[in-house]
Amino acid sequence: MAEHPPAPRTAPRLSATFTPDVMAEIRRAAATGIYDIRGAGAKRALPHLDDLLFLGASISRYPLEGYRERCGTEVVLGARFASKPIRLKTPVTIAGMSFGSLSANAKEALGRGATLAGTSTTTGDGGMTPEERRHSRTLVYQYLPSRYGMNPDDLRRADAIEVVVGQGAKPGGGGMLLGQKITERVAGMRCLPPGIDQRSACRHPDWTGPDDLAIKIEELREITDWEKPIYVKVGASRPYYDTALAAKSGADVVVLDGMQGGTAATQDVFIEHVGIPTLAAIRPAVQALQDLGLHRKVQLVVSGGIRSGADVAKVLALGADAVAIGTAALIALGDNDPRWQAEYEALGTTAGAYDDWHEGRDPAGITTQDPVLSARLDPELAGRRLANYLAVMTLEAQTIARACGKSHLHNLEPEDLVALTIEAAAMAQVPLAGTGWIPGKGLL
Amino acid sequence: MPSFDLRTAPLRELNRALHALRPDTNETRWLIGNPDGRHAVAVGLDAAVSVEIDGHVGYYCAGMNKRASVVVNGNAGVGVAENMISGFVHVRGDASQAAGATAHGGMLLIDGNAGARCGISMKGVDILVKGSIGHMSAFMAQAGTLTVLGDAGEALGDSLYEARLYVRGAVASLGADCVEKAMRDEHRAQVFAKLEAAGLAGEVDPGEFRRYGSARSLYHFHVDNAGAY
Repeated sequence: MAEHPPAPRTAPRLSATFTPDVMAEIRRAAATGIYDIRGAGAKRALPHLDDLLFLGASISRYPLEGYRERCGTEVVLGARFASKPIRLKTPVTIAGMSFGSLSANAKEALGRGATLAGTSTTTGDGGMTPEERRHSRTLVYQYLPSRYGMNPDDLRRADAIEVVVGQGAKPGGGGMLLGQKITERVAGMRCLPPGIDQRSACRHPDWTGPDDLAIKIEELREITDWEKPIYVKVGASRPYYDTALAAKSGADVVVLDGMQGGTAATQDVFIEHVGIPTLAAIRPAVQALQDLGLHRKVQLVVSGGIRSGADVAKVLALGADAVAIGTAALIALGDNDPRWQAEYEALGTTAGAYDDWHEGRDPAGITTQDPVLSARLDPELAGRRLANYLAVMTLEAQTIARACGKSHLHNLEPEDLVALTIEAAAMAQVPLAGTGWIPGKGLL
Repeated sequence: MPSFDLRTAPLRELNRALHALRPDTNETRWLIGNPDGRHAVAVGLDAAVSVEIDGHVGYYCAGMNKRASVVVNGNAGVGVAENMISGFVHVRGDASQAAGATAHGGMLLIDGNAGARCGISMKGVDILVKGSIGHMSAFMAQAGTLTVLGDAGEALGDSLYEARLYVRGAVASLGADCVEKAMRDEHRAQVFAKLEAAGLAGEVDPGEFRRYGSARSLYHFHVDNAGAY
């Protein structure tokens, strides 16, 4: 009697809900009892600027000559009330990142790169270092809830002041710089004992709400004799109302940070589940300024996942005046570079995925206070790389703008864009490609 | 002696004039009348001058003060002497919430009571309140001293770092990680020095104060402390 072959078995099937990543996190949580803390911004796939395309000129529009006709890139920030507004050669600025989360060499490199490119860089939670000031032609001084290192001399030394209400990685959240990175110098600047975990408050200690913010802005203006532009930075969550309230409170500039914007350290669950994508935040913010008659009078700076000149052009076309980059700037300096692959592997990760910035063991010498690791980053060379990258982004944005027939990046407009997905069309309020349909708005 | 009547002169003019003072100025005593609750009066000073304000002030009076002595003959609104670096600020009346917030140095003297969050995130200032203080005072206070002759509201010293709190009266409750500590001679001497600076030497007995400080159990995040956060 012939043997029956074994019956076919069900193929192993992985769950789309309980993916290997999810199960690994459950096992990690069960073993440690603590949530995962990491740096950087949202890593999950989100509707993004890649879901938009430009409509290059043809018969109905005519383009500008690529290497002949001028396409302006300069931007003025803060002319609403400040007697000394900021003038930048490119609308790509460097976002706030602290000395403490970053090494002194990394901060110096950011200043050097921004200065070479004719743009601004920004301090962070922890105050302004002399090196940073010395190497930054245009330096924005952040005014944060913790007020670590805040002093009026630096306020007067700054070129602009950024009142930080929140950031895209964690709108509504404070911060925590773990003790490993609190060296004597970092601790001294923050008036704390070395080696302890340093918490950053989520709310300002002496104001709450927009009416108070207006008074706080008035105080900062009085202290600095109405010279400095005052920015207000918010994490993207309710961009229409937050932008309107910041503008009404007297801000010269609103900085809007989407959920792809990075952080030095916070809970992964916060990064991935609180806030909205950059793409979804821009149009409501622009609408708020338009409704107040303040579009282009109060400048809008958008950050959170900006990587290329295409991203810059798209954000500007949607109505922003400038962008800010953080994570991309760190990558330009050398963050997550494959040259350190062996060391990333020793840390249990791989180049491109390293995000334990809070632990202070960055092989690239950027998100660390370890003197040996920090010495790996040459601030001059790294600054040069950043300047090159900023130049490329600016040239790319100009290339696109000329193709759309624009003589200045600020002349780009939503009409130049279409969306590849319905989600992006709805969020950016531009038509789905090949149609005249904007979800929620009907046909054009 | 320069004087400003804020009913007739704009605030901007006053602050501009105070900011323009040279280190060797002879104009060392300023009188300001009719502040009428205006905000940001005498902010950002950086000169060893004396400014006397006759009346009530709004938010942030003497904010970010350096070296100057600012006296308010009235009540002060939110955030008086916020982020002061050095100098002396004296409120002869009551102060609203967040008095001396994040201040790094100098002395803030309040003759009356102070509202909630007095000394929040203070970073080295000495605050002395002759009356009582409100809830959540010295929240996340990092350094300096807060001396209170009256009572303290709820959650005193929540998430405290290294600031020292001395209270003569009752404390409604202590915040997370804030504990009572023994008053030793060095602490009585410190209280005496603060009383002396406030002109109260001999009038108030340092031995009547109790000391509160950080238990330092939240200095390093640990999951077993999650209930305290």
